[in-house]
Amino acid sequence: MEPINVLTSTAVPLPLPNIDTDQIIPKQFLKRIERTGYGDFLFYDWRYNLDSPAKEPNPDFVLNKPEYKGSQILIAEKNFGCGSSREHAAWAINQYGFRAVIAPTFADIFFSNAGKNGIILVRLSEDDVKTLLDRSTKNSKHEITINLEAQTVTDNEGFSAHFDIDPFRKYCLINGLDDIGLTLRHVADLDKFEAKHDKEFWSAPKGAM
Amino acid sequence: MAAPKTLFEKVWEQHVVAEPAGEPPILYIDLQLVHEVTSPQAFEGLRLAGRKLRRPDRHIATVDHNVPTTSAQDRLVIADQIAAAQVNALRKNCAEFGVEFFDVQDRSQGIVHMIGPELGATKPGMTIVCGDSHTSTHGAFGALAFGIGTSEVEHVMATQTLSQPKPKTFRITVDGELPFGVTAKDIILAIIGEIGTDGATGYAVEYAGSAIRALSMEGRMTICNMSIEAGARAGMIAPDETTFAYLKGRRFSPQGTAWDEAVAQWKTLPTDEGATFDRELHIDATELAPGVTWGTSPGMYANIDGTVPTLNDAKTEADKKSFARAYEYMDLKPGTPMSDIKVDAVFVGSCTNGRIEDLRAAADIVKGQHIATTVRAMVVPGSQAVKRQAEEEGLDTIFKSAGFEWREPGCSMCLGMNPDILSPGERCASTSNRNFEGRQGRGGRTHLVSPEMAAAAAIAGHFTDVRKWKQ
Ligand code: SF4
Repeated sequence: MEPINVLTSTAVPLPLPNIDTDQIIPKQFLKRIERTGYGDFLFYDWRYNLDSPAKEPNPDFVLNKPEYKGSQILIAEKNFGCGSSREHAAWAINQYGFRAVIAPTFADIFFSNAGKNGIILVRLSEDDVKTLLDRSTKNSKHEITINLEAQTVTDNEGFSAHFDIDPFRKYCLINGLDDIGLTLRHVADLDKFEAKHDKEFWSAPKGAM
Repeated sequence: MAAPKTLFEKVWEQHVVAEPAGEPPILYIDLQLVHEVTSPQAFEGLRLAGRKLRRPDRHIATVDHNVPTTSAQDRLVIADQIAAAQVNALRKNCAEFGVEFFDVQDRSQGIVHMIGPELGATKPGMTIVCGDSHTSTHGAFGALAFGIGTSEVEHVMATQTLSQPKPKTFRITVDGELPFGVTAKDIILAIIGEIGTDGATGYAVEYAGSAIRALSMEGRMTICNMSIEAGARAGMIAPDETTFAYLKGRRFSPQGTAWDEAVAQWKTLPTDEGATFDRELHIDATELAPGVTWGTSPGMYANIDGTVPTLNDAKTEADKKSFARAYEYMDLKPGTPMSDIKVDAVFVGSCTNGRIEDLRAAADIVKGQHIATTVRAMVVPGSQAVKRQAEEEGLDTIFKSAGFEWREPGCSMCLGMNPDILSPGERCASTSNRNFEGRQGRGGRTHLVSPEMAAAAAIAGHFTDVRKWKQ
């Protein structure tokens, strides 16, 4: 996981609530066994004109507007990432080039998946999100800075807000830490727990073990 | 005396391995269920890091999402090369890492959330995870069960634990007798309609009350299954005699004296008198009616005798916008009576409603009737076990003579990863759990209903009030 601390970028506005992971990456791309190459499929059904054989980009969809190319921040409304647990959604967002998503709330599973992929999720109040959405919609050069260490979001038009983040998640993002390695620091506790727990046969999945 | 505890707290505390300062607790996972779609990258991760599966005996794998449901032969040789590669990857990975695998033709194959309970692998008091959001289903047994992403699947494979922040607790009490024609599906649709699709985000939900106690295990699984559609990762129901009766004698259930000891242990799990929850909600079961979702989010729900809501019914500005978008996508006008909505397709199946009881209920409606000429309809049993049982009871004959297709087990049209999809503009009465845009095929329009309501819609050609139908 790539460490990240301060991110300054223009932002792509997607002013919709409840954007589910089926929209972020449709099911047909879940058949792949690779972990990379999902960026081109992000928001596939919205992004391409699927009625034409050539499947050319839909010029009305915000990701296809040249002025928003290269933005690393996505802004959306509440309950972003709801629905299916597919981590492909986080991979697609990351591999397209986004490093952060700003929204009032995120769905739980998407929230953990994003963290595992070094994506910063910033929760701001509905009003603050609306301000940023409006500014990015009006002005594609609207630039936002997310400072993870300071837990602040600022922009080049005078906006400034503080956001909350779990300290452990912040630490992992800033240091780009692999979770499995972190857990394995506690392997002595785990061995001890497991030796006792294995005797509690009532919770053994395959009968008494 | 120890402080009173909730079911969730008891199960949680019995699985905390360590609570490192400044980090989320490390939670032991008793069972991980594995399927073809969310596991290949996790196995690959292990391989790249030179790691083993810590406890292969605490893993069970099957194929469900991708497999064709048309015929046994189509499943052995999958025509879609990418899907076939994914199924083969799972076969290979299970052999390499030592995971018990129920392949397409196995007697125990089925949707991953069907086979855990059927095998007796899902039991009260366990922690269960799977790379699939509907893992909440297993909570019906008093297990703490939740969906995870692929990185976490790999984490569990490597460590049999998860680093997991503790959720808050939310009790939803449903009291009273369910009216005639109203099912578990209608209870959970009504709950989601009430609290919204993010209403339970951050909570582990416990369903309680006399209406829940009165449900069979099948009904309880339907309810816990859709907890995720209210934003909750986990839904739980306290184990009781109904739970024990379901589990007794199953392949992975304890036997003999071990069974008695297990039951004694499970009886300590229900929430203690006086335990408190972070949030509570009460629902009066006697006021519920059969429901139909009208929009593109499971919270967009109306009673069958109601109408498509108007913009004035939207609670917030954001909801107004979603409503407007949903009218257009679903091609519906506000104020349209739900029973005027015509359907082109009917799907009975999925991990929400693909169990034997669901098939019996649907068969009961269609018996001796025929589906409308404008409708195509299919029944996809959730597992091999359900399919066998249904065939023994002659349900397949009832469905086939009514014009339904009778399929092989799998996820099928619940998400349309296999060839079972809707065409653009087609409208489907579906017993599954998600009505998102394009969920059942691009441009397809999904209405979520109970098996009874789906069956009645197939015959009538439009949604119809199953309460009047049966009388
Ligand atoms: S039946 Fe549908 S919801 Fe259930 S596991 Fe399969 S795809 Fe997911």
